[in-house]
Amino acid sequence: MYQYILKRILLMIPTLLGAAILVFFLMRLIPGDICELRLAGSGATFNQSSLDLCRREVGIDQPMIVQFGQFLWGLATFDLGKSMWTNRPIIEEIGLRFELSLMIAILATITATVIAIPLGTISAIKQDTWIDYAVRAFTIAGIAMPSFWLGILIILGILFTTQWWTGIPWMPPIEYRSDWTTWDNIGNNLALLIWPALATGYRYSAVAARMTRSAMLEVLREDYIRTARAKGLVERLVIGRHSLKNAMLPVVTVIGIEFAFLMGGLVVTEQVFNLNGLGKLFVESVTNHDYTMTQALVMVVVAVFVFTNFVVDVFYAWLDPRIRYR
Amino acid sequence: MAVSEVQVEAQFETFAEKKPVTSVVPDLMRRKPLGAAGAIIVIIMILMAIFADIVSPYDPTANSFADMTQAPSWAHWLGTDQFGRDVLARIIYGARTALFVGFVSALVGGSIGLVLGVGSAYFGGRIDLIFQRIMDIFMAFPLIIMALAVVSIFGTGAQNVIIAITIPFIPRCARVVRSSALAIREIPYIDAARANGYSHSRIILRHMTPNVMAPFLIMITAFVGQAILLEASLSYLGLGVQEPTPAWGLMLQGGAEEYALSAPWMAIFPGLAITLGVFGFNLFGDAVRDVLDPKLRAQ
Repeated sequence: MYQYILKRILLMIPTLLGAAILVFFLMRLIPGDICELRLAGSGATFNQSSLDLCRREVGIDQPMIVQFGQFLWGLATFDLGKSMWTNRPIIEEIGLRFELSLMIAILATITATVIAIPLGTISAIKQDTWIDYAVRAFTIAGIAMPSFWLGILIILGILFTTQWWTGIPWMPPIEYRSDWTTWDNIGNNLALLIWPALATGYRYSAVAARMTRSAMLEVLREDYIRTARAKGLVERLVIGRHSLKNAMLPVVTVIGIEFAFLMGGLVVTEQVFNLNGLGKLFVESVTNHDYTMTQALVMVVVAVFVFTNFVVDVFYAWLDPRIRYR
Repeated sequence: MAVSEVQVEAQFETFAEKKPVTSVVPDLMRRKPLGAAGAIIVIIMILMAIFADIVSPYDPTANSFADMTQAPSWAHWLGTDQFGRDVLARIIYGARTALFVGFVSALVGGSIGLVLGVGSAYFGGRIDLIFQRIMDIFMAFPLIIMALAVVSIFGTGAQNVIIAITIPFIPRCARVVRSSALAIREIPYIDAARANGYSHSRIILRHMTPNVMAPFLIMITAFVGQAILLEASLSYLGLGVQEPTPAWGLMLQGGAEEYALSAPWMAIFPGLAITLGVFGFNLFGDAVRDVLDPKLRAQ
């Protein structure tokens, strides 16, 4: 087992390195740089010397290979450096926004799991009945509906309901408070987080419910389920203890992978609810040619993704020892 | 004896295949009602895109300041937007953008993934290992950064949206195709092809690729829906198709939120069009999978 874990950790390195190379050169392929943008933005006419000075300050005057070496060294020592645009430490800039995005992702995961597993199970047990068709239509609609449109509909719903109820349209708060100790802050954060979590959670639950259904269908055909029924076990235990436990593996995988995707994929939802999360920072840093910030953000998201996959793989190997030998 | 048995079976097969076309459609609708519903939505969407010039009541780009943000009425069935453009006309023409981006990126991404996946499985060993790592990188790389970079490098517009959407499809298709191709590689006829001295490209393209068509077609139908969704998301972020081209995602971006209380139809109908379109392709794709995947059919 340890050998397998070690092998999987070693396999993570090329993926991270590849992503580092990809983002480094992709960013530098974009025409223009941060200095041109900054000096042009200041409104005054600028000359070559001020441009050179600025480039020296942010460190993009050095040869490509030196810059890449610095970037890799920073990653290896967990020092992400400073943002080229704001000149503040990247870890500080990411911190609060990462928390906001993480909170939405966690809430969406909870919403999705609570909806998906019962729905998927019922759909599989009642295969080819109207319940099954209704659940399948619900889940396929969830995959089809863009989460940003659901977000817009939620906002519309809130606006119309509050307008009708109180006469004044109300909008959910947009400022996240990292301090969760006072009731005021908790109320504010929940009022802010619940809507984007619902908007992304629907799609997420649809994906997980479909996986639960197909995994359950497969398990329900196994011999040991027939045996369990034949020996007179009540249906509740057949489903709960024998089937669901064995069907959960692919469902957990899907939930894990969707969670990892969500960390980098909240951009559109954040835009709808006007939130200042990781997604917004992504868009800003690319449009500002902020190389160090974009590189750090990509590496954070890729690391979350790779790590989630690693956990899922180890989980699989632990449950099914045959995988380790492949 | 054995020969005659085979002949009888062959006869049965020809009889079985000779089903009149008119009975196939109702038969399919009875056996796969959801798939048939999906197919109908897809067909309507395609017809809408082809005959947009005929069925559309108005010019989708014509501004009319006398008709700004009008509620749905007999003159404008789905209302008008903040420039007085007819929402229905823009949705009908938007089907063109959605289908064009959807089909092209699904076909291009799927085909590249197909060849790469089969090639990787065929060569195996170190090439396969390296190739898998490269696919891992593209799978893990955040899609939105890729799209942002593509748009920043090449500029906005339908072609560049297609590039941005195609890139993430390649590794996804290559993975699925590779796992099917790995099984095919072990079948003796590939060995026979090698013994005949055929070139690698001939074995990959003529002997292995046709046998992974089932997973490939399943992926393609799923990709079209995904691509439509991605195009809408990118256009909504302002990274995709640009005004005044009618596109569903773009319609949600341009003022749909500002006019949320006064003109909610601007936000509701384009989103409904995206959802219905993707819904249709997904239902259809599910039915295609059930028909093409013998393992699932046996269940």
